[in-house]
Amino acid sequence: MNYFPDEVLEHVFDFVASHRDRNAVSLVCRLWHRVERLSRQRVFVGNCYALSPEILIARFPGLKSLTLKGKPHFADFNLVPHDWGGYVQPWIEALSNSRIGLEELRLKRMVVSDESLELLSRSLANFKSLVLVSCEGFTTVGLAAIAANCRFLRELDLQENEIDDHSGHWLSCFPDSCTSLISLNFACLKGEINLAALERLVARSPNLRSLRLNRAVPLETLQNILMRAPQLVDLGTGSYIHDPDSETYNKLKHTILKCKSIRNLSGFLEVAPRCLPAIYPICLNLTSLNLSYAAGIHGSELVKLIRRCAKLQRLWILDCIGDKGLEVVASTCKELQELRVFPSDVLGVGHAAVTENGLVAISAGCPKLHSLLYFCQQMTNAALIVVAKNCPNFIRFRLCILEPTKPDPVTMQPLDDGFGAIVQSCKHLRRLSLSGLLTDRVFLYIGMYAEQLEMLSVAFAGDSDKGMLYVLNGCKKLRKLEIRDCPYGDKALLTDVGKYETMRSLWMSSCEVTLGGCKTLAKEMPRLNVEIINEHDQMEIGSEEQRVEKMYLYRTLVGPRKDAPEFVWTL
Amino acid sequence: MEGSAGNHEVCPQFLDFVPKEREWLVNRDGQRRHGPSEEKELELRLGPPGNQDWSMRDSARKNPGDKSESLLSLGYFSSMSSMTQNISNGSQTQMFSASKNPVGAVISSSCSSSAYGYRGKTQHNQQQTKVPSFLQLNSPLQGLPVMTQEASQRCCTEAVDIQSAEKKAFSPSSATTAVPNSSQKRTAPGPVVGWPPVRSFRKNLASSSSSKPAPVSQNGVPDKVTSRTPVETCRKGLFVKINMDGLPIGRKVDLKAYDSYEKLSSAVDELFRGLIAAQKDSCPAGIQNKQEEEKALTGLLDSSGEYTLVYEDNEGDRMLVGDVPWHMFISTVKRLRVLKRSELSALSLGSSKQEKVRH
Repeated sequence: MNYFPDEVLEHVFDFVASHRDRNAVSLVCRLWHRVERLSRQRVFVGNCYALSPEILIARFPGLKSLTLKGKPHFADFNLVPHDWGGYVQPWIEALSNSRIGLEELRLKRMVVSDESLELLSRSLANFKSLVLVSCEGFTTVGLAAIAANCRFLRELDLQENEIDDHSGHWLSCFPDSCTSLISLNFACLKGEINLAALERLVARSPNLRSLRLNRAVPLETLQNILMRAPQLVDLGTGSYIHDPDSETYNKLKHTILKCKSIRNLSGFLEVAPRCLPAIYPICLNLTSLNLSYAAGIHGSELVKLIRRCAKLQRLWILDCIGDKGLEVVASTCKELQELRVFPSDVLGVGHAAVTENGLVAISAGCPKLHSLLYFCQQMTNAALIVVAKNCPNFIRFRLCILEPTKPDPVTMQPLDDGFGAIVQSCKHLRRLSLSGLLTDRVFLYIGMYAEQLEMLSVAFAGDSDKGMLYVLNGCKKLRKLEIRDCPYGDKALLTDVGKYETMRSLWMSSCEVTLGGCKTLAKEMPRLNVEIINEHDQMEIGSEEQRVEKMYLYRTLVGPRKDAPEFVWTL
Repeated sequence: MEGSAGNHEVCPQFLDFVPKEREWLVNRDGQRRHGPSEEKELELRLGPPGNQDWSMRDSARKNPGDKSESLLSLGYFSSMSSMTQNISNGSQTQMFSASKNPVGAVISSSCSSSAYGYRGKTQHNQQQTKVPSFLQLNSPLQGLPVMTQEASQRCCTEAVDIQSAEKKAFSPSSATTAVPNSSQKRTAPGPVVGWPPVRSFRKNLASSSSSKPAPVSQNGVPDKVTSRTPVETCRKGLFVKINMDGLPIGRKVDLKAYDSYEKLSSAVDELFRGLIAAQKDSCPAGIQNKQEEEKALTGLLDSSGEYTLVYEDNEGDRMLVGDVPWHMFISTVKRLRVLKRSELSALSLGSSKQEKVRH
């Protein structure tokens, strides 16, 4: 291979697309490392604190697309204090000072300021695509900067961000010359939108394929938009409320008939169920349906809708669909690959929305299912065993029984065997989230069988350090482990310290690890950042035996971060 | 899972084995001699799910009568598994995998690396190359080969037996585990921070679009009123109007108070029987009529009575009560009406422009 000119190698590497494969390629020899890094265009950084922008820029001068993730996953559930970190500003500054012609930036759980967005929009001339997921810290002013300055913008995708709405003007900031939009998603914006500007923007964007509106966009505007953009592939409705006897609604019915390309449907943040029949004609073409925000659609209407969606591959719904509704899904959606059932009432644990029966029905009817997120009232071992047998292809299996430590209600046993069956049967399982009453035994099974497991989420489970150790010892491919409210202490933490350098990160909160244990770990492993989050000033520097409420450790090339707030101690 | 004091010697040793295989081998021999029966049960429980019929288990297992118990408990889910074509009614089928040797299959298909250095122990058949060492460590030798030959029909019973065997040894020990405090902490009731694991973005949306008067959250999600119908979610009462032909005054019923059509029917019967009687009293018709009326109300749901029950659904259509499952009915019903059966043909059922025939 040494005798090939670099261009040939590069050409071969063009076919190697996935990050992991390219990372592997770069480890073969110096020559390959060089060719690979010079030709690499897409880089994925799973933890923004694992390296510095300078290192990234130095290694990959041809960088075009960067994905960055900031806060730990449990930040989604308010377990990480607000200003813990994850700022994108240093990255954008470094990129703007470099010669890198970045075209795409994808951020998850990062803090993005208006200033960052402004800098980005002004310094990266060729910028085309901005995707922000679960980010915060910016307002519509930042969006206005992006709209105004990124001349070749193709994609602006805002998913579930916390955005302060100052005005709906930002949409008007797209210049008239901007005709390159392919994807626009502002569903998470809470405020008003300049509707006329929106319609004009859509009218001058012939390549628009994906459009997701926010709550402020009424049905009339949707009608106008669809008239102008029948080529849409992905549609997220805004407010879907109207009088079904009205002229507008009738027009909508006819307009939708022309939208034969729609494959993804979402939205319905506000919905009048009597208007749903308008979308029936496109249901048969849908491969992805997200009704998880549509609290206004009841069980029977949901079922009526889903009965028409025979080609669905991905379905996100609320648990008000019920077990019976899931049976309908099972009998209708034979191509289903991903299912997410969200709780419609997170506060009221008590009424049986979905149970193990719904999941069993799905597993029986949908053999291609490989990704599951299921919030339910209860689960039994027997059901999990059946599911494991019916669906051995799970890649992601996330089960959340709403009541913590709830046992199998039929046998009153822990759910060890049920989850054990899942990991035993699903040999390609990469992600697992546990819930319910669980002992150390489930972790024994996980350590034994879950050979491909990369991410494990544990809450209120296990009896002793053994549980955590089974997992650390057994799961060779483990990258992320997040644990809360489990009885794991220093012994579990310190038995195999080398393991953490093979992982991206470990989160432990409300466990039994002590300050002394964390300090020991930090001392032995200098290439880890062991962060203690001391939110309410509970901890004193000194007493080693005190329990650490929140610990987050991750491997890094660049040592303790300099932007840590006061309540975060890096040991 | 701490069990007896003897276990404490066991635990640290097998935890150390991972980096040092040799040590493990040495330990293993030592392990075998530790053997309070409770520990053996502990060991058995450390096996993989579906692992069946370790010979030690026979002592732990109760009389064969148990088996029928476990079969019965499997029958529980066979009723819901009419769609799970692999489960037969006899519930003697396997639950883990279709192959006869579920665990064996797992083992043999795993990588054959000799990392665990176990091949030397020939007493096991070669299928156990990859069984992780801590399993070998703790299981009695003779147990595993039996497992692989065992018919899979035992598999499911074993799964339940694991639980029943465990119940004996496990629960007492769990009560004495080293961390009672955290288990108490873990089972503390009441709202827990960050639980259930739902993004706050989603939580706020769910609460702002529900009918209860949700305050504006700290995220400033606007408290917009949606076009939700007055028929609400399960927790509250579901009161719908019910009118009857011939009666000027209607009633209201709480549909949440019933869980079936039969109960609703008898409730309606009770509701109106008295009213009709009162009505009839004021009419010139005699007592005989009243009795007929009373009887007629009992045939609401089938074609036997003089009256029939219809409802108006969320699309404005008038529908016959009883066609759809109860919960579906509940979610679409807006109002009820008791009609004279003779009026049925005069109405066009299902029309949304239906006028009220009689008040």
